Amino acid sequence: MFFQNLLSALQWGSFYALIALGYTLVYGVLLLINFAHGDIFMVGAYIGYFIATFLMSATLTGMSFSLPGWAVLVITVVFTMALTSLVGVGLERIAYRPLRRKGANRLYVVITALMAGLILENGNLAILGASRRHFPEILTTTVYHLGGVAVTNVKVMVILTCILVFGFLEAIVRKTKIGMAMRAISWDRMAVPLMGIPVDRIIVFTFVLGSSMAALAGILFALAYPVLEPYMGALVGWKAFIAAVVGGIGSIPGALVGGFILGFTEIFVAAVFPSTLRDLIAFSLLLVLLSFKPTGIFGMVRTAKL
Amino acid sequence: MKQYTLAVATLVFLVLTTGATTFGLVDPYFQLVLLFIGVNIILSASLNLVNGYMGEFSCGHAGFMAVGAYVSSVLSVWLFTDNGKLGAALLSPELAVYLFPAILLAGSLAAALAGLLVAIPSFRTRGDYLAIITLAVNYIVKSVIENTEAVGGARGFMGMKRVVDAMTEVADLPWMMIWVMIGTLFTVLVIRRFVSSTYGKGIVAIRDDEIAAELMSVNTRRLKMVAFMLSSGLAGLAGGLFAHILGYINPGSFTIMKSTECLVMVYLGGMGSLSGSVLSAVGFTLLLELLRPLELIKWVVIPFMLILLMLFRPEGIMGPRELSDFLPKLRAYYRTARE
Repeated sequence: MFFQNLLSALQWGSFYALIALGYTLVYGVLLLINFAHGDIFMVGAYIGYFIATFLMSATLTGMSFSLPGWAVLVITVVFTMALTSLVGVGLERIAYRPLRRKGANRLYVVITALMAGLILENGNLAILGASRRHFPEILTTTVYHLGGVAVTNVKVMVILTCILVFGFLEAIVRKTKIGMAMRAISWDRMAVPLMGIPVDRIIVFTFVLGSSMAALAGILFALAYPVLEPYMGALVGWKAFIAAVVGGIGSIPGALVGGFILGFTEIFVAAVFPSTLRDLIAFSLLLVLLSFKPTGIFGMVRTAKL
Repeated sequence: MKQYTLAVATLVFLVLTTGATTFGLVDPYFQLVLLFIGVNIILSASLNLVNGYMGEFSCGHAGFMAVGAYVSSVLSVWLFTDNGKLGAALLSPELAVYLFPAILLAGSLAAALAGLLVAIPSFRTRGDYLAIITLAVNYIVKSVIENTEAVGGARGFMGMKRVVDAMTEVADLPWMMIWVMIGTLFTVLVIRRFVSSTYGKGIVAIRDDEIAAELMSVNTRRLKMVAFMLSSGLAGLAGGLFAHILGYINPGSFTIMKSTECLVMVYLGGMGSLSGSVLSAVGFTLLLELLRPLELIKWVVIPFMLILLMLFRPEGIMGPRELSDFLPKLRAYYRTARE
């Protein structure tokens, strides 16, 4: 029983970690909490739904054969990540960049982010309607039984993907030039353009990375829990945000650790207490953690010059 | 005599509105809109105290509204009506008219205590982290209500209509209209007095430079506590009034959407401007009603308008200025009236 819960915790932790990554990347570079990120996750799931449905139906694609499950998955993932990055970059261009150009107070950008998130949610509701969509079954769910624990291939895929993605991102951030530029911007925004680094391009790249990871999380989430609705991004997004803050916002290992801490807390709390108390205890834990360590576990304490 | 003109004018307005409503001159839909305008004025003015004057970023206002709403509803239903779960009425329903302010006060006090939950973390954190904490408090309050079966949980709580009917039986006046107007006037008065006092100056000092304020012997901890508690207490008042207007409350009305509405009203009006938040509350409520035919698209249009606002006029309609800055005669009038 414990290992079953452990597996669920790892799976949920991976979802939160993947989304928390987007929050952390954007905060590290822009010092902005992109509240619309949870809704980008939702947009990714919906885009994936449309692409997957299109590919799975032979009548729509006009092909006489249907592609094997894994091929559909790969194509869906690639295209969804690309299209969701477009959404993320579009958001940056329309909403955040003009404010950055004006040198607006960070507060106004945060409000804009909140509003952008609301627009995405309610726009989805208005355009696509309130009925829930069912994500098509791309992969047949095979269940392996290892020592009394039911392990589905989806769960394994989610956890493996999360770890791989984090390895990949750490490699980008630590080993490549553009990663170095991202870290530089998070340390000193003003000096970086003086060194000839195109700040706008780095920011666009950051949004691309964050949004594609959210899209990946969206597809994996849709594979595991195939019901899509317009407000699915809201609660998961807020929780992933908590995970990012608990781990230390601005730090990639922090997003991973925070995501797993939140996943573990939720699953094991639901195992012991009545499950309606789950959100309550998760948020209370956040409050407690933040009162002891306001910058999170891996967070850097920023000094402010008076 | 000059200094009483404003009070007299307000009293006349109160009497006129009550009279018009009693004699059925005002259509019920319009009455409801007026009631909501009152509630929204209280909400936006109280949030402006923390977000505007003190410069914090508190996004959990709906949580305090919920506390006030539930505490005052449970009290009034418990005391004045026969309820299946809470037992027979403890006091005679006629007393509802006299004790209603006490019930609203109880709701506000409970909400003010809940405000401590946000005030204490605010001693150490500011900005983004405080935003997270206030959001978490909002969720926690909503979650606690959903898990408390005694007040109906997620299904909601009702019965306030009978309390209002009991009041109407004593005297056939539009009681909710009266209480809402009194509540709104009280809020605006309290906040105006607070802001022009040394407390208010201290709060603005905290916004401008907290460390310098501390050096200048401003007791920042105490002021933060007072400001948060006053703000959440008034939100509790708004919640109590809201609950009795509708006759039914459920946790789903007090989510982040509601907090976002309050935020919109504050930033639309102008941070640190009381007349701004009053005007924007009126304007926003009317806008919501005007856009009602658009239904769902309404909730795309409103955030979009706020984004445009952030792009082109981030300080809001009034900015940090008050109405008396636009009407110099009014300001001169106040100055002479105070002599």
